Amino acid sequence: MTDIKVTPLGAGQDVGRSCILLSIGGKNVMLDCGMHMGYNDDRRFPDFTYVAREGRLTDRINCLIISHFHLDHCGALPYMTEMVGYDGPIYMTHPTKAICPILLEDYRKINVERKGDTNFFTSEMIKACMKKVVTVNLHQVIQVDEELEIKAYYAGHVLGAAMFQIRVGQNSVVYTGDYNMTPDRHLGAAWVDKCRPDLLITESTYATTIRDSKRCRERDFLRKVHDCVEKGGKPFDRAYIENPGPMVVFATPGMLHAGLSLQIFKRWAPSEANMVIMPGYCVAGTVGHRILNGARKIELENKQTGIMQLISHCQPRNVLLVHGEAEKMAFLKNKIQEEFGIDCFMPANGETSVIKTRHNIPLDTALNLLKRQLLPAEAENSAQGALLMKGSHMQLTEPAAAFRELGVEEHELRFTCNIQLEEEGRVADTSERIYRVLQR
Amino acid sequence: MKLVCLSDNPSKPCFILFFKGVRIMLDCGLDIKQLLHFVPLLVVPGFQVSKARSWAQGGDRRTRVPDDITQELKDCGGRLLVDGAPEFAIPETDMVELSSLDAILISSYSCMLALPYITEYTGFRGTVYLTEPTLHIGRQYMEELVKYVERNPKSAVASKWKQENIIKSLPAPLRDAINPRQWRKLYTLHDINSALSKVQLVGFSQKVDIFGSLTVTPASSGCCIGSCNWIIQSTFEKICYVAGTSTLTTHPRPMEQAPLKNADILVLSCLTQTPSSLPDPMIGEFCINAAVTVKNGGNVLVPCYASGVTFDLFECLSGHLEQCGLAGVPMYFLSPVSDSTLAYSNIFAEWLSSSKQSKVFLPECPFPHADLLAKGRLKNFSSIHSGLTTDFHTPCVLFAGHPSLRMGDIVHFIELWGGSAANTIIFTEPDFPHLDALAPFLPLAMRVCYCPIDTSLNFSQANKLIRDLRPLHLVVSETYMKPPVLEPLRNDLTIEFEPSPLTYKQGEVLSLPVKRQFETVEMESELASTLEPVEVKPGAAVSMVTASLVSRDNKYILKRLPRSVQSLKKRRSDGTVLWRKPYIFGSPSLQAIVEGLKQQGFTSLKVEENESGSIIHLMKEDSLIQVDGSSTHIICDSEDVRLRLRDVMLKCLKQL
Repeated sequence: MTDIKVTPLGAGQDVGRSCILLSIGGKNVMLDCGMHMGYNDDRRFPDFTYVAREGRLTDRINCLIISHFHLDHCGALPYMTEMVGYDGPIYMTHPTKAICPILLEDYRKINVERKGDTNFFTSEMIKACMKKVVTVNLHQVIQVDEELEIKAYYAGHVLGAAMFQIRVGQNSVVYTGDYNMTPDRHLGAAWVDKCRPDLLITESTYATTIRDSKRCRERDFLRKVHDCVEKGGKPFDRAYIENPGPMVVFATPGMLHAGLSLQIFKRWAPSEANMVIMPGYCVAGTVGHRILNGARKIELENKQTGIMQLISHCQPRNVLLVHGEAEKMAFLKNKIQEEFGIDCFMPANGETSVIKTRHNIPLDTALNLLKRQLLPAEAENSAQGALLMKGSHMQLTEPAAAFRELGVEEHELRFTCNIQLEEEGRVADTSERIYRVLQR
Repeated sequence: MKLVCLSDNPSKPCFILFFKGVRIMLDCGLDIKQLLHFVPLLVVPGFQVSKARSWAQGGDRRTRVPDDITQELKDCGGRLLVDGAPEFAIPETDMVELSSLDAILISSYSCMLALPYITEYTGFRGTVYLTEPTLHIGRQYMEELVKYVERNPKSAVASKWKQENIIKSLPAPLRDAINPRQWRKLYTLHDINSALSKVQLVGFSQKVDIFGSLTVTPASSGCCIGSCNWIIQSTFEKICYVAGTSTLTTHPRPMEQAPLKNADILVLSCLTQTPSSLPDPMIGEFCINAAVTVKNGGNVLVPCYASGVTFDLFECLSGHLEQCGLAGVPMYFLSPVSDSTLAYSNIFAEWLSSSKQSKVFLPECPFPHADLLAKGRLKNFSSIHSGLTTDFHTPCVLFAGHPSLRMGDIVHFIELWGGSAANTIIFTEPDFPHLDALAPFLPLAMRVCYCPIDTSLNFSQANKLIRDLRPLHLVVSETYMKPPVLEPLRNDLTIEFEPSPLTYKQGEVLSLPVKRQFETVEMESELASTLEPVEVKPGAAVSMVTASLVSRDNKYILKRLPRSVQSLKKRRSDGTVLWRKPYIFGSPSLQAIVEGLKQQGFTSLKVEENESGSIIHLMKEDSLIQVDGSSTHIICDSEDVRLRLRDVMLKCLKQL
């Protein structure tokens, strides 16, 4: 029986800065390496001193897995690999590797060129960092080392978003990253094997939203834009801030915490004729979050079906919630425990959850023994054999074979008794009778 | 464990493996070579190949073939061909009940073209496993065949000539057609869709569970986009199926060797079909021949498939033409599926070589033909009727299917350009003997070049690979064990291995030399905690286990016996109690026995020792104990004393 330990360095009872430390079968795996949009100080990156107060991260972490390209899942990557120092393998899917450096560069420009941050990673660091990336295909089983293997599943959150199964010996964990259980115009629904992991580490923000039917949302969106333009306003989602006349602008970042979208917002917000449509989730502390909680409220449907669906699909023995708000998590935790009767954890940042695992013990079993036990005549199907243990190797065989294997001889215990019988007739007849009795 | 070989052509293989109660088909190749016995289908409906004549039989009136049969045959360029709807040699379908197949594993798109015959017409209910590029390109290849055949349909299947007594009297090579009575008409688009709906996609290194009995894993084989070798294993046995494999660096992902190591059985197929020519010099020769022809104002005709090496040819030829200052010479690519094969090739980045893959991150298209298409140096058309005529400039290089020269647009261009010595036809596909392919068009004025490019393993590469992989047993085609017919002295063109390989040929059933001895059974931890192992030797312990055995999905679990059962004695089927013999072992010292006896109140002991052991005489009880290493003999008349002596001995011995 070994334990699985999980410590969030970010995204523990919080959204943003996803970074979860997983300890499984003597291996340490870091899941995601994100930044927090709500902070501009040290708190924006995970606290890597937790992993190694001194010395290199490479010696402490066996591998780093990035679930998708959103900055709250990969924004601290160049910081970790180049500024703190990590040279071990980084795994991500092909699309994530293609898009991730573009977003990182964008993020760097905003911080260095607009905000004037000086102690920030450079373009060269982003390039150096991306060179350490190993790409994975969906469903490919990657052997990180002799014992540690990982496998990616489709997560349906954004292009290239993946869930990962991490396995060491019999212990296994599934980490979802962000995922969606309902298909969308260009994205499918998340899918995972019925792999019965010891632990499912799931985010609890996107999984709880159900995408409305595509037609419905598109109609809704277009109607809002039309209404606004007809009223002479400027609905916005990018550029030409000063141009006269109505326009529709799609601008990043989506949480209005910095960059172009925030700039446009500041300029246009004073006019009631203008409109802002927030397409995604906004982290607490961002302007987007404040707007969502303010007068112009846009509905974000919250239903737990996504997570529940995933749990019933992959049948974990334990669930651990990350990437969500504490109250909603607590509610979800109760629901999971009630509905599935399994343990559910929700550690805060820096707090460690210990998950106990139990597994069956594999025995190399002699085929002749197994075949004999499975004969239909022995319907009760109880098996008997000798279990031979040599070091960690266990073999179940016929007892005689086990003794032979060990070079041990069976000890023969014989008894001889003289019994006097008083019977008339010939001796041969008597012995014949006794023989018949014994034969029965 | 058995292996059945269903295909006559080791480069278009089809096997069935019986292993642990599971029936797996390995590849499903279609031997298109038999198509060479048919009259080519022209692109323009109603037209015949210009060299086709009705067959004027000579010879004796009595041995002449009846007229209704000669109508099925045509004399084309001096060769007798069948004038009817084209038919294909499919794998042997009568040897094994194919409806009982559990799975089909496909190694590449070129080894799956017989799939609809198996999945649609045999009652097949299993799953087909293949990679994503194999699915898409395989579909395109199948659709291409269907379109070629349906574009100019021949209504009647010619079958009278196949009668046994007739075929004997026909001239070669038609007389030597292989199993013509088993040939089948081509499947339809509907068959393709239905067959491919039974597919489950897999990625390289994905472990796929088959009914809990076996795990199958595809490993990149480097031969074409998405091509793989298969590793079929249980916990204790490993079989590797190595199909089309290439150790050269071309556009696909390189071959992975490590997963194929240390197999119990390695099945080898799809070695090179042109063992005496190397691909690299052939590509060079191809480029030179093409460039010289266009320089002199002639046209170049390249019979090709719609994917694979054709893409390498575009890349090499365009570079070479540029070097020769012929960048303005247009390249045309004609295939009903050219649009999709070209487009798909550029989105399969993760299945390509690392240099091609790295281009996507720039981002650029991995294949240069995307750029050639954009610049208009390469133009593709689905047929000669789809806009080619308005945009056709000569001299040019024209790539067209089908490489058998029996259907597709290529037939039209041989007729069109064959009369001029300035033009050249260059054969690169190794699937068809080029002289047989060309026979119906002879005589030709056009120059003929033969530059076969087969990137599959050649014999020296295969021998080296086998040495590296060290399988316990090797299984190869019997044709790989002797030199090619045309080069009988080239003993280097054979497979060498110790112990000598098992060989397969069509219609044979091989018993594979794997003896299964073990199976994994899981023991629940609750049961484990009740066990009391006895240390027999340092580091080795034994425990008797009695448990209930649960078997589900081909997995076995040992559980603790329910309490109700625990107390019950095991009975025979007639109800009598089955006596279980206890296992006793150990060789107790004489001193320990004497000590034990004394504790039990036996005092009047007389001990005698001899060479074989010792005898303890219990004077008062008038009993004897003979101890000799591995056996003890107790001679005693009183039942009470006997039981006490037994207990003393058991204390000195170990028991399970």
